Amino acid sequence: MNEGLRTHSGGRIDRSQPLRFSFDGRSYTGFAGDTLASALLANGVHLLGRSFKYHRPRGLLGAGVEEPNALVTVRRDAARITPNLRATQVELYEGLDACSQNRWPSLAFDLGAVNDLLAPFIPAGFYYKTFMWPRSAWHRLYEPRIRASAGLGRSPTLADPDHYAPRHAHCDVLVVGAGPAGLAAAQAAATAGARVVLCDEQNEPGGSLLADDPRHAPLVDGQPGPSWQAGMLASLAAHPRVTVLARATAYAFFPHNLLGINQRLTDHLARPRKDTPRERQWLVRAREVVLATGAIERPLVFPGNDRPGVMLAGAARTLLNRYGVLPGTRAVLVTADDSAYEAAIELQRAGVFVAAIADTRAISDPPPGVAGANATQLWMHAAQRAGIPVLTHATVTGTTGRRRVNSVTLARHSGLAGSSVTHPCDLVLMSGGFTPSVHLYSQSRSKLTWSESQQAFLPGAPAERVRCAGACRGVADLAAAASDGAAAGAAAAQAALDPARIGVQPRAPATPPPPVLPPHANHAAHAATPQAGGFIGALPRAGTARGRAFVDWQNDVTVKDLALAMREGFRSIEHIKRYTTTGMATDQGKTSNLNALAVVARAQGRAIPEVGFTTFRMPYTPVSFGSFAGPARGALFDPVRTTPMHDWAAAQGAVFEDVGLWKRARYFPLDGEDMHAAVARECKAVRAGCGLFDASTLGKIEVVGRDAVEFMNRLYVNNWSSLAAGRCRYGILLRDDGYVYDDGVVARMAPDVFHVTTTTGGAPRVLALMEDYLQTEWPQLSVWLTSTTEQWAVIAVQGPKAREVLAPLVDMDLGAAVLPHMSAVTGSICGVPMRLFRVSFTGELGFEVNVPADYGPAVLQAIHASGQPHGITAYGTETMHVLRAEKGYVIVGQDTDGTVTPDDAGLSWAIGKNKPDFVGKRSLSRAALVAPHRRQLVGLRTRDPAVVLEEGAQVMERAGARPPTRPLGHVTSSYHSAVLGHPIALALVAGGRDRMGKTLYVAGARGDVEVEVTGTVFYDPTGARLNG
Amino acid sequence: MLLINCPWCGERPEPEFVHGGQAHVARPTDPSATDAQQWAEFLYLRDNTRGVYAERWRHSHGCGRFFNALRDTTTDHFIATYKAGEPRPAPEAAR
Ligand SMILES: [Zn+2]
Repeated sequence: MNEGLRTHSGGRIDRSQPLRFSFDGRSYTGFAGDTLASALLANGVHLLGRSFKYHRPRGLLGAGVEEPNALVTVRRDAARITPNLRATQVELYEGLDACSQNRWPSLAFDLGAVNDLLAPFIPAGFYYKTFMWPRSAWHRLYEPRIRASAGLGRSPTLADPDHYAPRHAHCDVLVVGAGPAGLAAAQAAATAGARVVLCDEQNEPGGSLLADDPRHAPLVDGQPGPSWQAGMLASLAAHPRVTVLARATAYAFFPHNLLGINQRLTDHLARPRKDTPRERQWLVRAREVVLATGAIERPLVFPGNDRPGVMLAGAARTLLNRYGVLPGTRAVLVTADDSAYEAAIELQRAGVFVAAIADTRAISDPPPGVAGANATQLWMHAAQRAGIPVLTHATVTGTTGRRRVNSVTLARHSGLAGSSVTHPCDLVLMSGGFTPSVHLYSQSRSKLTWSESQQAFLPGAPAERVRCAGACRGVADLAAAASDGAAAGAAAAQAALDPARIGVQPRAPATPPPPVLPPHANHAAHAATPQAGGFIGALPRAGTARGRAFVDWQNDVTVKDLALAMREGFRSIEHIKRYTTTGMATDQGKTSNLNALAVVARAQGRAIPEVGFTTFRMPYTPVSFGSFAGPARGALFDPVRTTPMHDWAAAQGAVFEDVGLWKRARYFPLDGEDMHAAVARECKAVRAGCGLFDASTLGKIEVVGRDAVEFMNRLYVNNWSSLAAGRCRYGILLRDDGYVYDDGVVARMAPDVFHVTTTTGGAPRVLALMEDYLQTEWPQLSVWLTSTTEQWAVIAVQGPKAREVLAPLVDMDLGAAVLPHMSAVTGSICGVPMRLFRVSFTGELGFEVNVPADYGPAVLQAIHASGQPHGITAYGTETMHVLRAEKGYVIVGQDTDGTVTPDDAGLSWAIGKNKPDFVGKRSLSRAALVAPHRRQLVGLRTRDPAVVLEEGAQVMERAGARPPTRPLGHVTSSYHSAVLGHPIALALVAGGRDRMGKTLYVAGARGDVEVEVTGTVFYDPTGARLNG
Repeated sequence: MLLINCPWCGERPEPEFVHGGQAHVARPTDPSATDAQQWAEFLYLRDNTRGVYAERWRHSHGCGRFFNALRDTTTDHFIATYKAGEPRPAPEAAR
C-alpha cells in the first residue's frame, strides 16, 4: 500500500484489519471498511476503466451510487462472476478478485482506444447511419462486430449456484434513505407509534453524514453529526417497531405503495455461508412512504472533464473523510456551488496542495467586516484566509494528461479581463451543485415541478401516499434536512395510523414548507444564506474549445453529440436521448441527465421545463436476475401436476409429455421401440383386446343443486332435461360469441347432480365461466360448483375385452342390457367407491373408472392384473390421439381454434333444438356464423399412403398455389393409422362438406401433396364396436 | 402490483385477482329478441374510458367472488369496490 496516500488517522476504515485483494491480477492491500474504489486509490491506482464507446481511460468520478466510470467485474469462482458493479459500492473483503471491463488486452494498453482516434467518424447516431448498407453485410459483418463490442461486462456462462430469497412485508411507514432526513423520519414515525421499515443502499446508515469530517462536523439538533447519527441508530435498533435494512436499495416504486427493495446479504463477505441467500428481494407494501433519497452532485461540463483525476468534489470529501484516502496531491477545484469550498479546506488541512478554486459565479467582495456577508462570500473568505486563491466568474478551457490529469487551464468568462492560466495538478474537483434524487418519486407517477430558484426538478403533487424529505426535495442544509425528515416522519405516521383511513389510495398530503432553523451551526457559513448556486449545462466555451466536453460519462456522449442530434432535426428530449444514447447506460444518467437537458434547452432557446425530462424508470440501480427469480427456478420454476398413477406409469417406462402443467404419459415403449413403433403396437392392442389409459387429468366439475339442470341447460348447448339420471351425454360449451369453448362427457348422477368433465387444459376456465354466469347473470339459481379434478383418479379401460377385464373387480353387471353405451352408475371396484361411466374416446367398447384419487394406483394395478390374460396394454396420449382421430372425435383447441362453431366442427347434432336459450345460441344465427364457405371439419386422405401430412399445413385448391391466393384451410390433426394401414388427417376446409371426394393439395416439405376430401370417421363408421 | 379491496375478504394483492372486463354490461334476458346490432354491441363493444371506469374483478385465488370496482384508469387508483348486483356508487360518495 502506498502509505503516502492515506491520512494518518480518521475515516471509517479499520486500520487494524488489512485486507488483501486483487485488481486485474495484481495484488494490493486495503482495510476493512474500504470500498474497492477507495482501496485502489489508496494504492495509487487511478485508471479504473475504459469508456464504453471511445475506450478512453477513466478514473473515479463519484464515490457512491452515481459512479459512471469505475465499473468492474467481481469474480468468486467460475460460476460467481458479477459484471458492471460500481467499484465505489463494492465492499472490500479478504481475497476480493476484481477486474476492469471494456478493454483488451489490458486496461493500460487497450486496442479499442483506436475508437478515440476515430471519434470524428463515429458521432451520435453512427449505429443508425453506418451499418445500413449493403444489406447483406448486416448478418455477416456488422451484427457480429457490434455484438462483440457492445454491452458492458460479460455474464457468467455457468448456472448461478447461489440462492435468492423473496420476502413480502407490510409496514405503516417505509422510509427510503438513512441519511439525516431519513434517520429523523424513521425515528419520528416510530415514536408516533408506526411500524417502520428504514432501508438504505449503503453498508451503514448515515448518508451524507458519512462524508463529514467528524472533527469539524456541523451540528444536528445541537449535536455534532456523528454523535447525533450514533444516537439515532442506537435508538432505532432498540425500537421494537423498526426494521433497518442496510445494503438494501429501493429500486422500484410500484403502484399502490409497493416498493421493491434489493438487499445484498453476502456480497461483502469473504466466505459467505452456503445457507445464507445472496440477496433478498423485499416487496414492501407501506401505508405511507417517506422518500429521503438525497441528492447527487452534478459534474461540470468542460473540455477534458473525463480524465482520471477529474472527479466530483463531494467524492473527494468522501474519500478523504470516510475512507482516509488522499485522492491527489495537487488539486484545483472548479465549482458553481459552496460545497466545494468545504472540500478545498478539508483537503488542504489533510495535506493536499490546493492550487486554486475556480468559481463559475460572479461573487462580489464581501462587505467590510464580514458581517452581512452571504454564505458564498464567507466561504470565499475562508478559502482565501487559508491561502487558496479564488478565481470568480471562471471557466475551464481544457485539461491535459493521458492516464491521469496533469494540468487544467482556467480562464475567465469571455469578455472579462485576465488571460488563461494553466495549473499543473493531479486532481481536478468539480461541483455543479446537487440534483435531487427524485427517481422513485417520479416512478410513483407523482409530479415533478421545476424550481427556478433551485434550478432543479423537485417533488410536486404526489400520486401515491408518498412524501419527500431532505435533500431530495431541495432541503440541503444538514440541520434543516433532519428537521424536515422528522416532520415528514411524524406526518406519515399520523396519516398511516388514521383510524378512518382505508387502503393506500392517495390523498395528497399537504407539502409543508422547508423548515426555518435558528442559526446554531458551528461554522458561520453553514448558517448564512447561500448565494444562488449550481450550474447546469456546458460551461461557457465548452462547446467551442478544443477537446471533448463529456455530458454522459458512461455512454460517452459529448456536448457536440447533442448539438449534432439537434442539427439533424431531433427536438424532443426523448428522441435526442435515444439518438445520442445519453442517459441510457446502466447509471441511467444519474450524473448526466440534467446537464444534457440544459445543453439542449440552451441550444433550442427554450426553458428547461419546456424541454421536459426523460422518464425515470425502474430499477434505480441494476438488480440481479437471481433476485427477481428468487426460488422460482429449476423444479420450482413452474408447478408440476402429476396424476395419482404417475409413479406407476414411470415404472412402466412411460415417456411423459407436458400438457399445461400436467405430466402425461405419452407412450410406453418396450425394448428399443421408438414412438412410432410403440404407438402402432398400443393402437392395435386397444382395437384387438384391451387398453389401459390414465385419464385423470380430465377436468371435473361437480354441478349440484335444485337448479342444476336449469343451469346446465342455460350453459351447455345440449338438452339436459331429457337426460335421465344414470346416463351420460357428450356436452358442448360455447361462449356467447357462438364459438366452441370446451367439450366433455357429462354424467347425470342424480336429478340434481351432474358430473361434468372438461378438457385437460380447460378445467379452470370452464369453472370460471360457470361461476361468472352463476354469480353475475343468474344469481337466483340454486347451484353449487365444485372443482373435483384432483379428487377423482380416472382409469379408462378400452377395447373389445374391456368388460371381461373389469367384471371380476366390480359389484355390478356390466352387460350391455343393463349398462349400455353412455351409462353412468355408482358402485364399487375392489371394494372402493366408484363412479363408472360406459364411455369411449376410442370407438371401442369402453369404461371410465372414477375412484377417489388415493385409491387410483391400487385400482389401476388391480385392473392391470385382471387384464393380463386379455393382453391388456397401457397406452399413452399419443395412442389416444390416433384412436380418437380414427373415429373423427375432435379435440377442442386442436381441431378447433376459437373461431369454430358447432356446425363447423360437425357437431350441430348435439344442440338441444327446443331450448329457448343457451350461452352462444343467439350468435349461431349471426350472419357471419351462417355464411357459406365457412371452414368445416373434414377428413383428408393422401393419395400416396406413404405421406403423413404436417399438422398446421395449408390446404389449397390447386397445386402450387401461393400467396396472394388464400388457402382453403389447414390440417388440424394428422397421424399414421397402424390399424387402417394408411395416414389419416382432419382439416378445417372452406366449404369442406361440399367437397367430399374432391382432390385438394396440402403444402408439404417436399412439395404439395395430393389429398382426397373424406368424412371425418375413418374407422367403424356405424359404431358397431362402440355399442358392443 | 395493485392492492384491491375485495368486498368479501378485504385488501389483497393483485395476483389473487383476475380482471373481468367492463362492469354493468347485462346479458340480454332474451337474446333471441335482440337484433344483430344490439347483440353485436353486447358481445363486442366496450367503453374505453379515460377516468373513472366501472369494471369487474374476480377474487379467483381467494373467495372466488366476482365483484365490481370503480377505478381511475389514469391513475390506477380504486375509488370503490362493491358486490355484484349492487348499484354503481357515485364517485364522491365512495371516497
Ligand atoms: Zn375475496
